[in-house]
Amino acid sequence: MGHSAPKIATIEGITQEIEAILGSMLVETVDHADELSFTVLRDALPQAMTLLRDRAQYQQLMEIAGVDYPDRPERFEVAYHLLSVTRNHRIRVKVSTDEDLPVPTVTHIWPVAGWLEREVFDMYGVVFEGNTDLRRILTDYGFKGHPQRKDFPLTGYVELRYSEEDKRVVYEPVKLAQDFRSFDFMSPWEGAEYILPGDEKAKGEAPGAPTPSAPAASTPKTTEKKADTGAGEAANKASQVKSADAPAKPASATDEGKGAAKPEDKA
Amino acid sequence: MSDYLEKLDHHTDAADPTYGDTEIQNYTINFGPQHPAAHGVLRLVMELEGEIVERCDPHVGLLHRGTEKLIEYKTYLQALPYFDRLDYCSPLGMEHSYVLAIEKLLNLEVPLRAQYLRVFFAELTRICNHMLNLGSHVMDVGAMTPNLWLFEIREDCLNFFERASGARMHSAYFRPGGVHQDVPLKLLTDIADWLDGRLPRLFEDAISLVADNRIFKQRNVDIAIVSKEDALKWGFSGPMLRGSGIAWDIRKAQPYDVYDRVDFDVPVGTQYDCYDRFMVRVEEVRQSVRIMKQCLNDMPEGAIASFDRKVSPPKRGEMKRSMEALIHHFKLYTEGFHVPAGEVYVATESPKGEFGVYLVADGSNKPYRCKIRPTAFSHLQAMDFMMKGHMLADVTAVLGSMDIVFGECDR
Repeated sequence: MGHSAPKIATIEGITQEIEAILGSMLVETVDHADELSFTVLRDALPQAMTLLRDRAQYQQLMEIAGVDYPDRPERFEVAYHLLSVTRNHRIRVKVSTDEDLPVPTVTHIWPVAGWLEREVFDMYGVVFEGNTDLRRILTDYGFKGHPQRKDFPLTGYVELRYSEEDKRVVYEPVKLAQDFRSFDFMSPWEGAEYILPGDEKAKGEAPGAPTPSAPAASTPKTTEKKADTGAGEAANKASQVKSADAPAKPASATDEGKGAAKPEDKA
Repeated sequence: MSDYLEKLDHHTDAADPTYGDTEIQNYTINFGPQHPAAHGVLRLVMELEGEIVERCDPHVGLLHRGTEKLIEYKTYLQALPYFDRLDYCSPLGMEHSYVLAIEKLLNLEVPLRAQYLRVFFAELTRICNHMLNLGSHVMDVGAMTPNLWLFEIREDCLNFFERASGARMHSAYFRPGGVHQDVPLKLLTDIADWLDGRLPRLFEDAISLVADNRIFKQRNVDIAIVSKEDALKWGFSGPMLRGSGIAWDIRKAQPYDVYDRVDFDVPVGTQYDCYDRFMVRVEEVRQSVRIMKQCLNDMPEGAIASFDRKVSPPKRGEMKRSMEALIHHFKLYTEGFHVPAGEVYVATESPKGEFGVYLVADGSNKPYRCKIRPTAFSHLQAMDFMMKGHMLADVTAVLGSMDIVFGECDR
């Protein structure tokens, strides 16, 4: 029987039909988990979408989703989810882009694309050419950066609080009360590499930062006389015995807060 | 005064404002961010000419919590409770899309009883959600009493959720592979009694106060008419689309869980205005009652979660006796399960419309990307063209008929 997710009847020959409609604009077709994805050329997107709406009856644009793949030459993928209410079918159309290359807008085909493109712009910094209202939408007024990018830290860069002195909300670099904890639960035999704290020293030196080797001693060091040891006269033995029972010295002030806040290198 | 009158004498053309007239400029006003009729933190920047809305620019994102980003750093199971907190008026509707997306990627079969339980509680969620929406809609346009009665029903619903899952609102009841735990028989019989007695009595009473009420109709009929073409272009879904006369319901068209085994009707609007959208929701409540009764009749006994121990955890009793069950439990709650690489877009009919989850998995135990398709986003965007030419007082009626919750809109 399989999963119980929404059952969408497959239309006979739909793949060939759409491939024929898209023609040379098509880059790749993927049929995975009963869902069809068509990657098209970025510049041909409005043309492809118009054809899909008018000839293949995909009347509704339900969603535009950005995905970030930092390893790819064109790191961003923009996925458009189309729905046909007459044929009861869904497809996905994808284009890829990077930080600078603009994606042509589809707002003239579906006005709903306006906010959806604004969201992708806000979250990923993908520029949509022809969208006349490309403002940020979900993040704060005056926000900097694009939070859904994989290289944007989960904690963000700034935090805000109400300042009693200024009588307004102020922005500050984010301070973490504890280190950001990222658990890696991958099994060691599935390729995860565990580096326990301190283990990194056991490895060879990192290139470019060799530890300076100690200069070879000319004469071997010997300790024959008491003066060679550098130790002074023996202290009062009675007081030594007494001090062993005395309460331990309180931890020095420098030990305090070890492992607590480590605000640096996050901002 | 004489020179003023003399000046007036020379200007008599209406097209040319006279010295005595004041040139009226468009008003720009802020509606919200804190406004009782804004249903959350919505800021509408409206340009008014007199009392007529010329332009309406909704500013959203004031409740943005970065849910999608947080989900990328959680295992699949840990990410589930975030869905309760999106649309906090219909938590299980959100969970439904997410668990179905995971199950689709895993191609995981769910036992029949679990599917019935999911549909049953999803419909209870729909009733719960519509109670809040219908109540606040009538309150926004001036009626007080129906809201109080509908809140009585909502309170009952929340009590039922508590008895099923332990939590009144954020249930986290649907899990990949089934539901969290079985429901006691007494709960089902209590709900059955409630469906037969208290719910229809309170609900029909409350709706009878407004459905034919002259004032309510004056505030809603012919307000914000959306044609079929516009509804499709603006990405409407759910009651908004059906209110525009398009008989589209994902439960019917692309049935999930056991919706293909239950019988229900899809109400559609005929005048495409706020009143239609209101009445579509009213009828949906009655249809939900129908579905829930059929679920109670047809629900079989049996397992409530998949037996695939790599996805759904073993029972506590089993863990006391079986070492393997203990290991599975430990692995599932620390590492979590791995989902094969791939991407799916799963949309379900949440009470507010099409709620979709675009899940990109990379084979690890965390989602690579989880894009949430909120219903409110596209509906709220249409605010500008729906409000154009309407009076300022109609804003609340239109907002009420949209059924917007900002937890979901802003994510």
